Amino acid sequence: MNEWRRERAAREARIEAGRAQVEGKAEGKVVPADRVVALLEAILRPGDRVCLEGDNQKQADCLARGLVQCDPARVHDLHMVQSGVVLPEHLDVFETGIARRLDYSYSGPQGARIARMLYGGQIELGAVHTYLELFARYFVDLTPNVALIAGVSADRDGNLYTGPNTEDTPTVVEATAFKNGVVVAQVNEIVDRVPRVDIPGDRIDFVVEADKPFYVEPLFTRDPAAMTETQILIAMMAIKGIYAEYGVRRLNHGIGFGTAAIELLLPTYGERLGLKGEIATHWALNPHPTLIPAIESGWVRQVHCFGSEVGMDRYIRERPDIFFTGADGSLRSNRAFCQTAGLYACDMFIGATLQIDLAGHSSTVTQSRVAGFGGAPNMGSDPHGRRHPSDTWMKAGREAGGVGDPSLMRGRKLVVQLVETFGDGLVPTFVERLDAMELARKIGLELAPVMIYGDDVTHIVTEEGIANLLLCRDADEREQAIRGVAGYTEIGRGRDRAKVEELRGRGIIRRPEDLGIEPLDADRSLLAARSIKDLVHWSGGLYEPPAKFRNW
Amino acid sequence: MEKLSFRHATPGPLPGRKSQAITGVVASGNLEILLERVLEPTVCTVEIETPIRGYGDVWEAVIADFVARARPGGLRITINDGGARPDTVSLRLLQGARLMEV
Repeated sequence: MNEWRRERAAREARIEAGRAQVEGKAEGKVVPADRVVALLEAILRPGDRVCLEGDNQKQADCLARGLVQCDPARVHDLHMVQSGVVLPEHLDVFETGIARRLDYSYSGPQGARIARMLYGGQIELGAVHTYLELFARYFVDLTPNVALIAGVSADRDGNLYTGPNTEDTPTVVEATAFKNGVVVAQVNEIVDRVPRVDIPGDRIDFVVEADKPFYVEPLFTRDPAAMTETQILIAMMAIKGIYAEYGVRRLNHGIGFGTAAIELLLPTYGERLGLKGEIATHWALNPHPTLIPAIESGWVRQVHCFGSEVGMDRYIRERPDIFFTGADGSLRSNRAFCQTAGLYACDMFIGATLQIDLAGHSSTVTQSRVAGFGGAPNMGSDPHGRRHPSDTWMKAGREAGGVGDPSLMRGRKLVVQLVETFGDGLVPTFVERLDAMELARKIGLELAPVMIYGDDVTHIVTEEGIANLLLCRDADEREQAIRGVAGYTEIGRGRDRAKVEELRGRGIIRRPEDLGIEPLDADRSLLAARSIKDLVHWSGGLYEPPAKFRNW
Repeated sequence: MEKLSFRHATPGPLPGRKSQAITGVVASGNLEILLERVLEPTVCTVEIETPIRGYGDVWEAVIADFVARARPGGLRITINDGGARPDTVSLRLLQGARLMEV
């Protein structure tokens, strides 16, 4: 055997072992769902690096159920390298010993259980990554031996249609298939001809017809009916004090109610301020239903998507000028490209967090929940490799100041934290010390899971006002600027009142009244849509919300 | 149920002529505020009934900041709290004062 082809030979042996298990039952690459466990036991080796596709939204759930049922005597000590830890099965494999080590990005729905398992030592944690960072490592030191992925349909040669939720699939397959790995795809149906080829069949080794359609998490739907006046007030401040001030056209929004409120205020409050066409025209964003009124009112030029959103498919098909769509008409999303777009081509990231400390560091980790990062540390960081100017970026750069020849000054990305001073259950958002540091100490992490570092944050917006950290010239000013918008939390009440007033005089802190915002306007009547049903009307009936958001 | 009461001196009357306004609702996480122009212009009183005990110092700070910001001279303010967060109380008070001014 040639010394240079050991991986290739191992791959061929795995595929042969897999084929032997489905002998006489397979048709082309298609394996029946009842042979999944046998197939996985045949192709997996102890210690393998495995990507069990768990995206932000789309889940290879049939293959996950199969993996859990494997015999731990045969399949054990796997190293899971997947972006999302979302389904119970994603953690069940660590309880049985099938898996041992984990490198991942996001664990929203499993945040509480993953915290317990990390404390209990059941999971050997590599790192919590940002999406782009984990994808990068797929090509360097975390290349999967086996990828278990999900698509909507496939033909018998393995040509795969991912549907609107393409998400991570092309990246996972690229890294696995071109480096001697084995790729197994679960699909909802086998067809003679796929609507479009998202993944060519020669990169897919086995196709499993799933027992039921894969699960998609509706992560990006915020019901306007639940929006509060405080969130509306914060959104008004952000639009007037940041979007208009910096002329932000290219941006990414987080998934909270605050940014959803901004989306719903563009056609009303934004229109009144004369900002149409001047702000929020080009987006790296999932297809948020709350963006529909702004799209329908002509605010939005184009949107590139990380993934799709449940119920938005028909609407997107009818708006190809706005969204990226395939020859078949449906959305083509791509998490890796969209994250890159958010990193390099957007001038602003604006999103929420759970905790902010006195230096502006933020984290979504609490003592009882480890939600992971997803894309936020990537979106919410100033990319030092950027080399193209924009008015927004240069203005932020000027405010940040700095030393040396002004002609060598570079811009800054706006990284805005939009938070209410208290979260659910009167838990303060502002803290002396991040829980992330305690978690790191308890489970022995070398790097505390900080979502966005303070030196990347440019603004913090709360119901009390906007703190512009770019204009702060030392650590003390920064601390008082943060305390000065921290409301009635302990941190906020611990402010130096005279210093905060001085910062306000210099425009570092701006209150609603400083921005000319009338508190009586912070009313739900200002929302372009006040319910999910309103969003359906705005879409001309094209948006089809999932059952849990329907109350009519 | 806890009852709190604050009295502040104000530099002069709140502008406007409206004699009474009511805003908000008594719902969980919200509050109802009744504002009446019945006191001398150099005084503002705030009476609070809240189901959540032990936040007297936060109420005190919220009311003091409101009085400094809105200068609501002459108002007797009655708050029926449903467990609202301080930011909601603060926003609702400012909205109430604006209603009395128009």
